[in-house]
Amino acid sequence: MITLEHVSFRYSSGYLALHEIDLSIQGGDFVAIMGENGAGKTTLAKHLNGLLKPSQGRVLVDGEDTRKVSVAHLARKVGLVFQNPDHLLFSETVKDEVAFGLKNFGFSPEVVEKQVGRTLEALGLAEYADKSPFLLSGGERKRVALASILASEPDYLILDEPTIGQDYQQKERLRNFILQLYSQGKAVVMITHDVEFVAESNPKVILLSKGQIVGKGSADSVLSRDEMVNRASLVKPQMSRLFGELTKYGLPRDVVDVHRARILLEDKLGEVKAPVAQNP
Amino acid sequence: MSRAREIIVAKNLGFNYAGAKKPAIQGVNLSISEDEFILLTGPSGCGKTSLCRCLNGLIPNFYQGEWTGELMVDGLDVTTQPTSELSRRVGYVFQNPENQLFALTVEKDIAFGPENLGFSRDEIRERVDVAMKITGTSALKELAPYELSGGQQQRVALAGVLAMKPSVIVLDEPTSFLDPHTAEEVMRAADDLRRELGLTIVVVEHRLDLVARYAERIVVMDGGKIVADGNLGQVLDEQFDMLEGLGVGVPRVSLLWSMLRRDGLVSGKVPTHVEDAASALSGMMSD
Repeated sequence: MITLEHVSFRYSSGYLALHEIDLSIQGGDFVAIMGENGAGKTTLAKHLNGLLKPSQGRVLVDGEDTRKVSVAHLARKVGLVFQNPDHLLFSETVKDEVAFGLKNFGFSPEVVEKQVGRTLEALGLAEYADKSPFLLSGGERKRVALASILASEPDYLILDEPTIGQDYQQKERLRNFILQLYSQGKAVVMITHDVEFVAESNPKVILLSKGQIVGKGSADSVLSRDEMVNRASLVKPQMSRLFGELTKYGLPRDVVDVHRARILLEDKLGEVKAPVAQNP
Repeated sequence: MSRAREIIVAKNLGFNYAGAKKPAIQGVNLSISEDEFILLTGPSGCGKTSLCRCLNGLIPNFYQGEWTGELMVDGLDVTTQPTSELSRRVGYVFQNPENQLFALTVEKDIAFGPENLGFSRDEIRERVDVAMKITGTSALKELAPYELSGGQQQRVALAGVLAMKPSVIVLDEPTSFLDPHTAEEVMRAADDLRRELGLTIVVVEHRLDLVARYAERIVVMDGGKIVADGNLGQVLDEQFDMLEGLGVGVPRVSLLWSMLRRDGLVSGKVPTHVEDAASALSGMMSD
């Protein structure tokens, strides 16, 4: 379990980026941290693996205080995939890139090879194994960065804006991958302002604004509430905006996902149509 | 509206990067007029970024490979013009504004392009002031680019290309790093440039819902070819299954409508906006 207790963080410039954050994340959790540009999302993510230490309060990773253990030690448990893949990539081939962390952790060459192959396969990167990461497109480089962290199977996976530059099919693949990870008991935390991705993935949502948590709950309850969504500079998902207009017909307001919307409307429109069918 | 001038004309355009097995773009025929707002989309690797690189001459001037066909931009043949000439006419805003901004202040960053063109001080001042005014960045002029939010940075990048007085602005996934409110703000700024200055805007974007309000026309690419080109609402309505099959991020209301239409519960055109869907559904439910 990762626990943040009253965590505040002030950059050396004096800017208060996080203010009194209380949060806990455990295996099997799937959490989306959302908020405006500059809300403190990435600063929060860097606290989860000890890259930043709180100015006040503390962060415990499986009971260990991040101020007292090294980032390298925490890296085996907490994998952080940065927003910009170029901050993470440096090897000559995709294969080497993904193997780097595993080698550093001291795994045998056989384990490294097997694990690299598996991860590349799962992320649809097998065909690029021998290419330079820098010859790939932005979206592909992002997946290589993800693979390099995933290969060592951290218990806690932190993804900073994983959907940027990904097309719809790749987002579907990412969604399935995340689903698989947390159903295996891993914790997945994603930082994102992709409201439609969140609406269809249904994680727990934590809304951050100006360094403070301003809302918490299921995706459908949080993302369908105007005051919360506005405060975090987000826009409601399309389904929520649509259902906000349809409450007078007895439909619920808290619908964010297109599949639930379809079921509700099928029932509703079925009712409307039925009498017509009986009395042509 | 008077008939607008053609600003981009591609005839059977193709490009194969040196060493690549397949051409990145092939057989592209495209004609874009002044003051159009175009959404260019398609799955990763479909050739949309390569096509944009042709528009400002990065291809074939900076990328090795085999060029076929013709491309005229603002009356200039891309293959014979120096990129310096083309980059004055086609401004390019990249996905990550951090990669584009480098000067110590916003004002200097915006002035960089016109300074390099050797204009007089007065001309530079005027271009910078106008660009800042239109993009709403005047208040930021003394700040360093790194002090700005993502949306502000993207508007400064837009001002920088605007100060070159281009005829076309290409925005390549300009909102990826931005929160939805800020993304909306950048799209609106681009649309203002089209309406007020008659610029041609080409936006590359995976998320159609962000652009659907501004773009009348959509161009869809797959495997280096154009597979759909037309009015956005019409393409969504008539070729919905194809778009979905390609993995294009169709607006969620359009997807919902198409599913209900398949179920036989609704009929009529696929809506592109929430408002259209809401009024159509309201109409059906209030007997």
